[in-house]
Amino acid sequence: MRYAMVIDTLKCVGCSDCVVACQTENNVPHGYCRDWITEAVSGSYPSVELELRSDRCNHCDNAPCVRCCPTGASHIVEGGIVLVTGDECIGCGACIESCPYDARYQHPDGYVDKCTFCHHRLEKGQLPACVSVCPTKCMYFGDLDNPNSEVFQLLKNRKHKTLAPEAGTKPHVFYLI
Amino acid sequence: MQEELFTSGRNIPNIDPSLEIWHWPISVYLFLGGLAAGLLLFAAVVTILGKDKDYPTTVKYASMLPPVALSLGLMALVYDLTHPLYTWQLYTTIRLESPMSWGAWVLLVTTPLSFLWVFSYYSELFPKWNLKFDFLKKFEQFLKKNRKNMAYALVPLSIILGVYTGILLSAFNARPLWNNAILGPLFLTSGLSTGAATIILLAKSAKERHLFSKIDLALIIIELGLIVHMIMGMYAGSEVQLDAMNLLIGGEFTLMFFGFVVILGLIVPGILEALEIKGYKIPVAVPAILILIGGLIFRFVMVEAGQITRYLY
Ligand code: SF4
Ligand code: SF4
Repeated sequence: MRYAMVIDTLKCVGCSDCVVACQTENNVPHGYCRDWITEAVSGSYPSVELELRSDRCNHCDNAPCVRCCPTGASHIVEGGIVLVTGDECIGCGACIESCPYDARYQHPDGYVDKCTFCHHRLEKGQLPACVSVCPTKCMYFGDLDNPNSEVFQLLKNRKHKTLAPEAGTKPHVFYLI
Repeated sequence: MQEELFTSGRNIPNIDPSLEIWHWPISVYLFLGGLAAGLLLFAAVVTILGKDKDYPTTVKYASMLPPVALSLGLMALVYDLTHPLYTWQLYTTIRLESPMSWGAWVLLVTTPLSFLWVFSYYSELFPKWNLKFDFLKKFEQFLKKNRKNMAYALVPLSIILGVYTGILLSAFNARPLWNNAILGPLFLTSGLSTGAATIILLAKSAKERHLFSKIDLALIIIELGLIVHMIMGMYAGSEVQLDAMNLLIGGEFTLMFFGFVVILGLIVPGILEALEIKGYKIPVAVPAILILIGGLIFRFVMVEAGQITRYLY
């Protein structure tokens, strides 16, 4: 079992519904967020391209944030999900410095917080909040180890990428391009 | 070449600025840790070589500083935590993969040892203040007898402490400026150099000052070599490393780095110390103070500049 998220950058319109859904679902303090929309313009004039995508913690297979954490507050659970135990976290910030995706933030209560793939919803058999609200249905979620899953099939049949592969973190969030 | 012209949209006011989460206490802590490592290593080596009578400042007076430096450094570190009440969580696990963790453990061992070291010199350092209790006197005698053993333990501990101040940063491969193998030796050398400078400042005999001027000069040369090595390595690196290097070479940290760290903090004191060794009259306090200030600014530059270097955006 390896959870993965697949996001179709060709379908994303950058509406930020996923961001708001996450803030509401996870009680994210005002002004903070666990996922966000990135607009990346690339290429050289006149052939420029705009990519819209929803970004978040990549739940890396080889997670530097977990390795750097001195207390074990950052850890990996079943399914490859990376979580932070709030009351084991001393707020040293080592994990924030170690994440190439800048996916973590310091919660005003002192501990470090980030996307959990809505672990609490998965336990109830529901999809992550962002995935379930996306109006263009550009986000997919499932088990990478199951050949019948939607995510497996999409990655098999479509061109895709991960972010900053050179960082060697083996992300579990994939972008269809 | 496919270049990303700009990336916008990470409009998260409360998150992006606070990615720079390590503030001045961390720089101060790295400086004090390096200084303490240098002083402890010199005291230990001089003791092991049996030269403690010849170099009293090194083994006795200057080594009153490491316990203070380490305690202040620890306080600075804890002060920068956002959950300081949970600090004890550092000592519920040993996580070898986390430099932060083994740094915490090395400090836990080295700090008390540095206190014991000073205590072994108590009667000599404070001849007027007699120890009130018999068991304390016995304890001092016991420590005195075991000074060499303490020295043997302090050699590896102080080297680890010194290297760790650099490895703490270099282990973060998400920050291109930090992520190079030179940082450990570089911070160790710099820490030793600040230690030598402190001994020069405090030493009373010309012989002791002279020895440490020589040692310091050698350390300055090594440190300059390592800095060149670091810059060359980054030049040969990936795009993100080039960007990181440009912060130091042609960006907002250039004046701080080249002006204060390299020129005023290394080259100028190096020349002054070389002249002094050649027999010219130089007030030795000048190069020593320049080294100390340069060492402190070096840590500020590395901690601050490193945090704004990243992979994406
Ligand atoms: S994206 Fe960052 S926070 Fe998430 S697992 Fe990877 S390194 Fe850790
Ligand atoms: S801030 Fe918390 S979760 Fe992050 S490395 Fe430190 S203790 Fe671990």
